[in-house]
Amino acid sequence: MAKKGLFVKAKELKTDVALVKNLELSIGKLVDDSWDEPMGPTPMPHISTLRDWDMKLLNKYKPFYMPDCDLCCLCTYGKCDLTAGKRGACGLNIADQSSRIVLIACSIGAATHTGHARHVVDHLIEEYGRNHSLNVGGLNVDVEAPVTRLVTGIKPETLGDLDEVLTYCETQVTHLLSAAHTGQEACNLDFESKALHAGRVDQVGMEVADLAQISVFDFPKADPEAPLIEMGLGTIDKAKPVICCIGHNVVPSVGIIDYMKANKLDSKLEVVGLCCTAIDNSRYFDRAKIVGPISWELRVIRSGLVDVLVLDEQCVRTDCSNEAERINAPVIAASEKNCIGYKNRTNDPVDEIVNDLVTRKVPGVLILDPEKVGEVAVRVAQKVAPMRKKMDVLPSVEEITKLAKTCRHCNLCQRSCPQDLNIPAAMTAAAEGNLKPLTELYEECIGCGRCEEACPVKLQIHSFILKAGQKFMLEETNFCRAGRGAVQDIEIRSAGGPIVLGEIPGILAAVGCANYPHGGKDVYDICREFAKRRFIVMTSGCSAMSAGSYRNEEGQTLYEEFPGSFEAGGVLNVGSCVSNPHIAGAAIKVANIFAKRNLRGNYEEIADYIHNRVGAVGLAWGAYSQKAASIASGFWSLGVPVLVGPHGSKYRRMLMGRSDKPENWEVYDARTGDVVNVGPAPEHLFQTVETPQEAMVSIAKLCIRPNDTWKGRSIKLSHYIDLHKRNYGRMPKDIHLFVRTMADVPTTMKDEIKDILDAKGWKETVIPDPTMLPRMIRKKKE
Amino acid sequence: MMSCEPWQCAEIAATKKANPITKPEVAVAMIKRAARPILVVGSNATERSLEGKLLIDYIIDLAKASNVQVVATAHMVAEFLKRGYEPADFMSAMDIGNRLVDPTWQGIDGKGHPDLAMFVGLPYYMESLILSGLKHFAPDLRTMTLDNLFHPHASWSFPNATPKVWAENLTVMTSKFKGGN
Ligand code: SF4
Ligand code: SF4
Ligand code: SF4
Repeated sequence: MAKKGLFVKAKELKTDVALVKNLELSIGKLVDDSWDEPMGPTPMPHISTLRDWDMKLLNKYKPFYMPDCDLCCLCTYGKCDLTAGKRGACGLNIADQSSRIVLIACSIGAATHTGHARHVVDHLIEEYGRNHSLNVGGLNVDVEAPVTRLVTGIKPETLGDLDEVLTYCETQVTHLLSAAHTGQEACNLDFESKALHAGRVDQVGMEVADLAQISVFDFPKADPEAPLIEMGLGTIDKAKPVICCIGHNVVPSVGIIDYMKANKLDSKLEVVGLCCTAIDNSRYFDRAKIVGPISWELRVIRSGLVDVLVLDEQCVRTDCSNEAERINAPVIAASEKNCIGYKNRTNDPVDEIVNDLVTRKVPGVLILDPEKVGEVAVRVAQKVAPMRKKMDVLPSVEEITKLAKTCRHCNLCQRSCPQDLNIPAAMTAAAEGNLKPLTELYEECIGCGRCEEACPVKLQIHSFILKAGQKFMLEETNFCRAGRGAVQDIEIRSAGGPIVLGEIPGILAAVGCANYPHGGKDVYDICREFAKRRFIVMTSGCSAMSAGSYRNEEGQTLYEEFPGSFEAGGVLNVGSCVSNPHIAGAAIKVANIFAKRNLRGNYEEIADYIHNRVGAVGLAWGAYSQKAASIASGFWSLGVPVLVGPHGSKYRRMLMGRSDKPENWEVYDARTGDVVNVGPAPEHLFQTVETPQEAMVSIAKLCIRPNDTWKGRSIKLSHYIDLHKRNYGRMPKDIHLFVRTMADVPTTMKDEIKDILDAKGWKETVIPDPTMLPRMIRKKKE
Repeated sequence: MMSCEPWQCAEIAATKKANPITKPEVAVAMIKRAARPILVVGSNATERSLEGKLLIDYIIDLAKASNVQVVATAHMVAEFLKRGYEPADFMSAMDIGNRLVDPTWQGIDGKGHPDLAMFVGLPYYMESLILSGLKHFAPDLRTMTLDNLFHPHASWSFPNATPKVWAENLTVMTSKFKGGN
């Protein structure tokens, strides 16, 4: 709770009329602090409070910069050429600039989630009042806001408490962004530390948003058996009017679904969605359908199935409105952050707005009242659908053949394509009537439209690809489990021990966007591989959709094949982007519930615990956004490594350990104070991997932690070695770095590994009670 | 098509741009002049087919002829081993980039920092970013790409070229070393 200005605290206050306990009074607020957990050292950390912890991480995992641009043009002194060590007019060098860009990206991400949370919380307070209580899992979840408790020291119980928490986040984001102004920080690591702080704030902002929406909208509450949701274009009933919601903020969609239910129309229309709004719609209404990830926006609109397009915030293509006009679908902009140039019709009569949209008097409107969005969207969809008749803008096969003949083979499409797809060759084939090469581009195309922008003869290349892949596109019918939200305390109690001891070999969190190098199947393959190996697999956002978009030999999707509980071999979709803190929260709850460490304002100790003990790895195979950067940063700050796919290299800064430098891998043994070398576990904090094969090997390796028992370590090593042999065709070259005693070596590999250890001059070492914090040492050696 | 525009249109460099390698002999001379060259080979080595032969097979020929140390990235080590060729080392593309920017790193054999780092077959944008990292943070290191795609962040790069020209270049390069034929 806020502790600024006038502040009075009384343990017990006895007056003539009442006995008040635990009273805290600050200006204008009365806050009941009945949480008896002692306050840790860093409640509501400011931007430099956790700098020492950050520097520990940043010295262990040093930034490796790959600047995307040699210049800086952020102020009028510039442009400054920062090539190879040159300083700009303000004294800044390329390392500073690269880290400043990371800070700016993470601050945008944190601001976006915090802004999102602010909108949701303010709206819900207006509707339900500040005292509306929070409930994310009833009796199954006692530690219901682990990230918020950890970072701020607040245990939120009502919507009003969330308002307090957000005020903290907003202050931090303002300071973080201000730190990026020209003329501050002479060391890149200070920018990096602030980027880590942005990650911490981001996690709090996201947690607030999800706590509020789970509690009030009655989303699945820590439910391992959350319903299976139909997913894919093939699941849409084309006979019905279709409303498509794109973005991240569920509030306008709730307006739509509520209106449908109130008017008994919920089986008469289809509400479908893309990106995280789709995920959250399906947590609210299990007949809502998920169409697909962010990269399918053009695909869905151009295929003509949408009758009304409702756009909220974040990751919405800014040309969606133009694309919707092409298919005669009216647009409703429903977020202050995404007004699209439309006239604000929030205060106009519904009949008037409906009429204007149906008659195409206006292509779109801005409506900032979610209830009104609901009524307008439904009524417009009902009227427009019979007129539109699902008109699409995909060319016919004959048209493609004809138009492909005009291709000049200039290669500009391929040279503009982020996937380097061989479009010119596909055009040559198409001109001869062979659409197969175009069809083959369908799975890898991320739907960015850059090829079309580049084409000098204005060929609608993406539409050609969609037409060629149309059969596949319209047949897609899969399942995604609705986001379950938090992990139950009881699940942590039973899985916590095996995780910390290493007997559950790891937690894989497949999160983030759909900027995949070769389509979404890699996400499915990776998740399935680790679920079969009895890791715990957690998913969220677009990755959760991709994980559910393919089927096994028996025809089951991942969510049908594996249980949705937090256990070995479970595959859990926690929900949308803002649900990611349930993943961090699970790790935090292991420290709290299983290891009984205090959470409250105790960031450093808990992060140190997680870093050394909880074998969790994030995989953002298609991460693209600034939000993905801040989400990753929240995990780095907790010491949890994150891998990104090849496009993630464009985040232009990795946090890399050096396995060849033994001095980087020393920790204290908290029992004795001895310094112990624990090897590169985990080796990196942020790394781009190039292929799914590399991702699999890296995930297995990055789950290794200093605290593993010999039994746990031997299980983890057997997965690492097995995946390494299968994908790299040989034994890992660094196995000696992960063997502490011969008991760590998987029994079946004893002889083979013994020879390697002998050749490397390996020596046995101890398994410490690992910590990077001297204050955690319990007893110094005499 | 011979062009010294970046293959991916937006991957432009500012004031320090690659010198184009006008003929394969120039690349050969650079390698011969280097005391400690390494060749980093990425995952497209088995994706790119040049005149009916995979890139990785051209690279193996070149590496055998020139004795250049090969560092395989991603899972390419398995592909080399399948073909009976043992690369000098294998590691993630980020790891080799991160080591190359460390002036105290003594190379994969511990005998000294490489003075020429060659790259081939990584996804274009990844290779471009790594080359940018090296341009900025390892200014004394010369870098060269053996792709058929112009990389402005390298010190030396072949221009954009067709697979046919690429195959010819790699074949000529191999033939110019003692072990080549
Ligand atoms: S912020 Fe610094 S480096 Fe950037 S343009 Fe201004 S003076 Fe140049
Ligand atoms: S829309 Fe598809 S084919 Fe076109 S540039 Fe983007 S990824 Fe490449
Ligand atoms: S950009 Fe257009 S004209 Fe040029 S190769 Fe591609 S499709 Fe053909």
